[in-house]
Amino acid sequence: MADYITDSSSDFTEYWIDLFLGIKGNEYFCDIDDEYIRDRFNLTGLNQEVSKLPTLIDIITDLIDLDSQPEDQRDTLEHNARILYGLIHARYILTSRGLNKMFEKFRNGDFGYCPRINCQLHPLLPIGLNDSPRVASVKLYCAKCEDLFNPKSNRHAVIDGAYFGTSFPAMFFQNFPNAIPIHSKETYVPRVFGFKLHEYSQLNRWRHLQRMKLESRLVKSGINVSNVNGGFIEVEQRQEER
Amino acid sequence: MPSDEEDYIPWIQQFCELFGHDYFVQVSQDFIEDDFNLTGLSSQVPYYREALYTILDYQVETAEDSPQDNNSIPGTANTTATTNTANTSSSKKEAKNELPNKALLAHSAELLYGLIHARYIISKQGLTAMASKFERNDFGSCPRYFCDGMHLIPVGSTDIPGQETVRLYCPCCNDIYIPSSSRYLNIDGAFFGTTFPGLLVKMFPEIENQCRIRINKFSANDFGLKLFGFKVNETSASGPRMRWLRMHPKTDEEKEEYENCEFSVPKWVSDSDMEDANDDDQEDGDDLDDDEDDEDDDDEEENDDDDKTMASE
Repeated sequence: MADYITDSSSDFTEYWIDLFLGIKGNEYFCDIDDEYIRDRFNLTGLNQEVSKLPTLIDIITDLIDLDSQPEDQRDTLEHNARILYGLIHARYILTSRGLNKMFEKFRNGDFGYCPRINCQLHPLLPIGLNDSPRVASVKLYCAKCEDLFNPKSNRHAVIDGAYFGTSFPAMFFQNFPNAIPIHSKETYVPRVFGFKLHEYSQLNRWRHLQRMKLESRLVKSGINVSNVNGGFIEVEQRQEER
Repeated sequence: MPSDEEDYIPWIQQFCELFGHDYFVQVSQDFIEDDFNLTGLSSQVPYYREALYTILDYQVETAEDSPQDNNSIPGTANTTATTNTANTSSSKKEAKNELPNKALLAHSAELLYGLIHARYIISKQGLTAMASKFERNDFGSCPRYFCDGMHLIPVGSTDIPGQETVRLYCPCCNDIYIPSSSRYLNIDGAFFGTTFPGLLVKMFPEIENQCRIRINKFSANDFGLKLFGFKVNETSASGPRMRWLRMHPKTDEEKEEYENCEFSVPKWVSDSDMEDANDDDQEDGDDLDDDEDDEDDDDEEENDDDDKTMASE
């Protein structure tokens, strides 16, 4: 199979996957190995989502040229090929090779950075809110504030969340525990002429109380939370835990 | 005085229409002309008087103007020149060197306008103008998914110019964000001030209403990482550790706890030292030290805000 690709490569100026990844707005995707796509076990159940699965696989892996297909079907085929690629992508990024590729993208900040000031531009990860396609668009997860954000660009905001899946960030941090950030305890309270607004301040204090409870729970179960991955940044002079 | 040209655009309008200046509102001429509103600004802005005249579209003498033109310039600019000379008690030639060049003057004018703007938007008139901008979503929507597109409010993290760029406050999640477009990254946060968002949400309770609706809408939601449908436990390093950041008191127990947080964080915290682990329920007892901390913070900021307090009255 691999030989076939190299032989026919002269016929194609570019591979389908490369073309797909080059499309503006597809920056979140990584490239999937041919072998992964061609292993039918990895595609179990996907024939329910798209029709003509074998043809689509051949298009993605450049075994057949889209131009060889009947003209009236080309658009549908191309469209379905993209959906299929997305759905395979969601599975692929949970594998070890896929996770490594996504880690590289995470480190390069390909998914953008958290807009929250106290997160200090922490890189984001894509996440789906649902694993079935056409339900929810992709969201971005910040591990520092553990919150979801909408993608900045409209091009990214329309990508189906199912192409990344709900499990991806959790799997990512299981695999790369060193990528888990140390959380910041800093919060913002609106001030008027330097004085904190009471209502907001009270809520803020209550939230800090909840955090302290969590911390003491964790400490009781023998987990260190000060300045370790997944723990909290301990500011020296702040005498917060009295 | 404004020139006679038909297509003449006032400086303020010109400034507000510049690329990336769409967060600004036009400060009314009356507000600027009232000297009381400008208290203290003369020490913060170089070439204060010239900058002020630029903003108000009076004619200003700059270093580029030739000495011959001096005679034709109206009294206002001339007096400035003489006051300058009086201070340094030097000849008129030297005074010429003290006049700002056009680039410097433009910068001063922008700085002065920004600082006046920060005071204007916390006056009644300015708040109304900014509120309608807020309504039109001129400042963008909160990027946080669970805030459901709540409109943002510009805020500065300090009132001293030249320190931090403008930030956006979301009244729904009570947090501050970086503007999504880089065009706003060179706008000084002090041109909006630290006070503005707090005052806006208090002046227009409708904003807090909108937030409450959104908070209730997502109140059942407890987002946390899931792996194949299973929640990650909080004892895992990647488990939910930041949930407190977006929590709201829901159960009766939590509400009571919230009441106890009125003036300080309840004292029970100290028994995270394991020894008195049994006293978990003892949640009253005010921690006075915490209060003091807060006040210290306030004191530091108070000095910066003195001017502003006066301007708004």
